[in-house]
Amino acid sequence: MCGIVGLYLKNPQLESRLGELFEPMLIAMTDRGPDSAGFAVYGDEYDDGVKLTLQCDNADYDWQAFADRLQTAFGSLASWFQNANVGVFKIAEEESRVLGWLADHAADLRVMSAGKSIEILKGVGLPGEVATRYKLSNMRGSHAIGHTRMATESAVTLQGSHPFSTGLDLCLVHNGSLSNHNRLRDKLKRQGIVFQTDNDSEVAAGYLTWRMAKGESLNQALTGALKDLDGFFTFTIGTRDGFAVVRDPISCKPAVIAETDDYVAMASEYRALADLPGIKEATVWEPEPAKIYVWERDGIKVEAA
Amino acid sequence: MMKHYDLASSSLRELNQALHDPQMTASEREWRVSNSNGAHNIACGLNEQISVEIDGHAGYYCAGMNQKAHVTVNGNVGVGVAENMMSGKVHVKGDASQSAGATAHGGLLVIEGNASARCGISMKGVDIVVKGNIGPMSAFMGQAGRLVVCGDAGEALGDSLYEVHIYVKGEVASLGADCVAKEMRQEHLDELADLLKQAGSDENPGDFTRYGSARQLYHFKVTNASAY
Repeated sequence: MCGIVGLYLKNPQLESRLGELFEPMLIAMTDRGPDSAGFAVYGDEYDDGVKLTLQCDNADYDWQAFADRLQTAFGSLASWFQNANVGVFKIAEEESRVLGWLADHAADLRVMSAGKSIEILKGVGLPGEVATRYKLSNMRGSHAIGHTRMATESAVTLQGSHPFSTGLDLCLVHNGSLSNHNRLRDKLKRQGIVFQTDNDSEVAAGYLTWRMAKGESLNQALTGALKDLDGFFTFTIGTRDGFAVVRDPISCKPAVIAETDDYVAMASEYRALADLPGIKEATVWEPEPAKIYVWERDGIKVEAA
Repeated sequence: MMKHYDLASSSLRELNQALHDPQMTASEREWRVSNSNGAHNIACGLNEQISVEIDGHAGYYCAGMNQKAHVTVNGNVGVGVAENMMSGKVHVKGDASQSAGATAHGGLLVIEGNASARCGISMKGVDIVVKGNIGPMSAFMGQAGRLVVCGDAGEALGDSLYEVHIYVKGEVASLGADCVAKEMRQEHLDELADLLKQAGSDENPGDFTRYGSARQLYHFKVTNASAY
């Protein structure tokens, strides 16, 4: 089943309350996905290099020692902090150099996200537990997308949880099920895309990564997805400046959008939006099938695919 | 006196149980529900001639399986409003999500705004009046009843239709298999005028086009016998 939610703040004064507004949205979708949850928060921008969110399965991992090693290797670690079993590192380096070093020197760490602003946090457990684990309610930022999972296609693991990173500052959450993911995964592997799981949604993420690596815009990549992905889906895609929503051509999976002067919010069900401030006066509607909706800092763009 | 349930302080189960309590419904004929906040299954399976007014948006299957009752929603509704309704009236002041009035056998469903995909799917006798637009695959396999659309209809309208009468004022994106435009005779103008009146609409029946089944998919064709 799964639930997805997204909140994009148009009013910068609300940014200090992003986590507090977003957490109840995620928890409201627990009925749709109680086995794992995750979210991507965009905020705390770092422009001089790359911001990495790294995760370790070992709860006693020595993050300070890792930070020291990173600083010794690059000499350009701007800052870092630990959040439960995750470390967030800002390094004044090219992302590819750091990722290359990590693969050779820190195989026990998993890269959750990379970019200027994104932090992806996810894990197994009830959405409320995952939110508490990473102190979601205290987080600040401009926008966030989230997912509550009821697994259908693959195992209940952290790796199978959403959001899936699809490139720098990009990630995807999926409600639905893809039927041609095996063949598409093989095709993408031959193009050099690396997969960690047998999960169908990871293939959708890999597909977008592949299209955009070829220089396509998010809109072009999503237009391609509507043609090449067989199955049913509502996707929400987080970008550095906002988020995009697209539903399959027969609108199999639900989605509701609410917009006020202060924010744009999307969710699988209206219930998740019911506690947002000013929701009673919001414009509320369902996105149409096979249409790509994008909200970014310069306002709404809608493209029919 | 109106019986009032505030879903911020009472549980949904409490409300639905009270709505099914014959002693309660014998004395309380008018009910009001506030803070619905998109909750699912509000006022489902009502059996008495009572009126229920919901202030706010409702979630899935609102007023499903309704008999006799009049349910009004001052907001939007989620998937499957009035699904399998038998009689009575359900009035949505906002928009409806997909599968509005699905499989319903009777009664009247009025939607002031738009209804999305699969409106009236497999309808079996219900009357549905949508004052806005309807989404794709509406009235799919519709068996009986009337579907009136004052706006536009999405793709594949009336696919594999049986005997539903469909009236659309605006554009139809495309017709489904075996659904065709038909002549509007006096009996249809009269039927449509009556439905519009019941729905509180002042649209002119003459502005609508009637669609129905070409009845080409009804029966096994002997020319297909060689396939077996």
